[in-house]
Amino acid sequence: MKEIWIITRRELQAYFDSLMAYILLILFLGFSGFFTWIYGSDIFFVKQANLQVFFSIAYWTLFFFIPALTMRLLSEENRSGTIELLLTKPISEWQIIVAKFLAALLLIVAALVLTTPYYITVSSLGNIDNGAVFSGYLALILVSGMYIAIGLFTSSITNNQIVAYLLALSIGIFFQIIFQMLSSNLTGIAGGVTDYLSINSHFESMTRGVIDSRDLIYFLSVIVLGLVFSESMLMKKRSV
Amino acid sequence: MDIVIENMTKTYGRQKAVDNISLQVKTGEILGFLGPNGAGKTTTMKAITSFLIPDSGKIFIGNISVNDNPQEAKKNIGYLPENNPLYEDMPVIDYLQFCARIEGIAKDKINDKVREVIQTCGISREKHKKISELSKGYKQRVGLAQALIHDPEVLILDEPTTGLDPNQIIEIRELIKKIGKEKTVILSSHILAEVEATCDRIVIIKKGKIVADGTVEELRSQAQGNETLKVTIEDGGLDEIFKALQLLNTVELVDFFDKSTQTFQVKSKPGQSSRRDVFNLCVEKGWTLTQLTFIETRLEDIFYELTLDN
Repeated sequence: MKEIWIITRRELQAYFDSLMAYILLILFLGFSGFFTWIYGSDIFFVKQANLQVFFSIAYWTLFFFIPALTMRLLSEENRSGTIELLLTKPISEWQIIVAKFLAALLLIVAALVLTTPYYITVSSLGNIDNGAVFSGYLALILVSGMYIAIGLFTSSITNNQIVAYLLALSIGIFFQIIFQMLSSNLTGIAGGVTDYLSINSHFESMTRGVIDSRDLIYFLSVIVLGLVFSESMLMKKRSV
Repeated sequence: MDIVIENMTKTYGRQKAVDNISLQVKTGEILGFLGPNGAGKTTTMKAITSFLIPDSGKIFIGNISVNDNPQEAKKNIGYLPENNPLYEDMPVIDYLQFCARIEGIAKDKINDKVREVIQTCGISREKHKKISELSKGYKQRVGLAQALIHDPEVLILDEPTTGLDPNQIIEIRELIKKIGKEKTVILSSHILAEVEATCDRIVIIKKGKIVADGTVEELRSQAQGNETLKVTIEDGGLDEIFKALQLLNTVELVDFFDKSTQTFQVKSKPGQSSRRDVFNLCVEKGWTLTQLTFIETRLEDIFYELTLDN
């Protein structure tokens, strides 16, 4: 556990040193703030004291931003050869993967924490459903975790950051849109499977305040799968 | 801690990078690993550090099996990889602290340890610079500092002096020699003079197989066979001396080395030395012997002979 935290700290440091963290925080708060409060079907348009609008904006913003956050994590280590340095230190592949996952997740959590003024503002405007807010944030963190795991995996299979970004985005788009589109056109088992695979159904119910174990299992299993695949990519490098 | 490699084989696709190598390195020994490009030096070193998993064979660091217990084995190894990869965006001191933490050095000792390796590797003035701003030589020192930070029992250095200037090379060599007294060191290099100057023992590998193993002297005597002397004799006629040398019992062959200075190359008969005879001959004839030296086979020649195809 200590080793994981040491690497996580280094990764966070790298995010802040490279300005990546600041850019992400500013863009995330800018986008979500703009669309939540100022433009389009914003919170005032909805005329309800809830954060649904913010959640669905953040859902899309994170979809695009997270691959940018994860693309560097392993591809850069592969390119520069520092992965060899890490793997010859007394730490395991799994610890490296988990540490990098945590670093990206913590940054996202920090971005979400910075949106608490939204909650404070809305709760002063009307009667807010605290449960829904909590489960909504939890859903955002889980979705983020899922995209980080996917991004980490695509980053582990290439030396090129852009390739890692685009791959992560193209895998992500299945969960984000394509499975949902398929499920609305398919019937029977195929329809059920694609519906279950689509993030949307799980995310929606959670932002409305329903925490179902089915949804949790969905997110957690994708996260674990992404991490396990990344780990096996690291292992594979050693026995080529 | 000894390093023991038993029958290690590693193939990349259809090519055997390392072919059934067995090797033992003892504590306090500095082993020089020589071989042409692609001979399997780096592969062997990567396998020792557990970065590469060999197809077959066993590697032990002390009593710890690298295959079965890599985490424990890695704790005892300091490794400077080929091309010296570093986190270029980090300042030197932060990077070394990071390495110290990962090696599991106690919190209150980290700063002392970092200060110590910065001192030994001579990077005090560069410690606050970003690694990307350093010259190649200084990066190399940071790489070495990183390998030394946890005081490992075993040091694996893959071409440690590439990119260093001649003064730095000497410094690093001295450093390796100093460290090598108590530790087990394997270093690879293309520079033969360097291996000769630093290493107690040399292993030459070719196409994944060990073709020579021994001290510099042993390799020399193996390669050379007969004793060869360089002899300069003054106060006598060139031809007269030549003939007299030829007639000595222990001499097999005499050749002119440099006629203007009356220097000859004298090859003794197998297993014999003609030094005494040459000296006595000069005394007898009243000639002046101004030079009598061994002509040593250069390491380059041995290397060339052993690693040349066919």
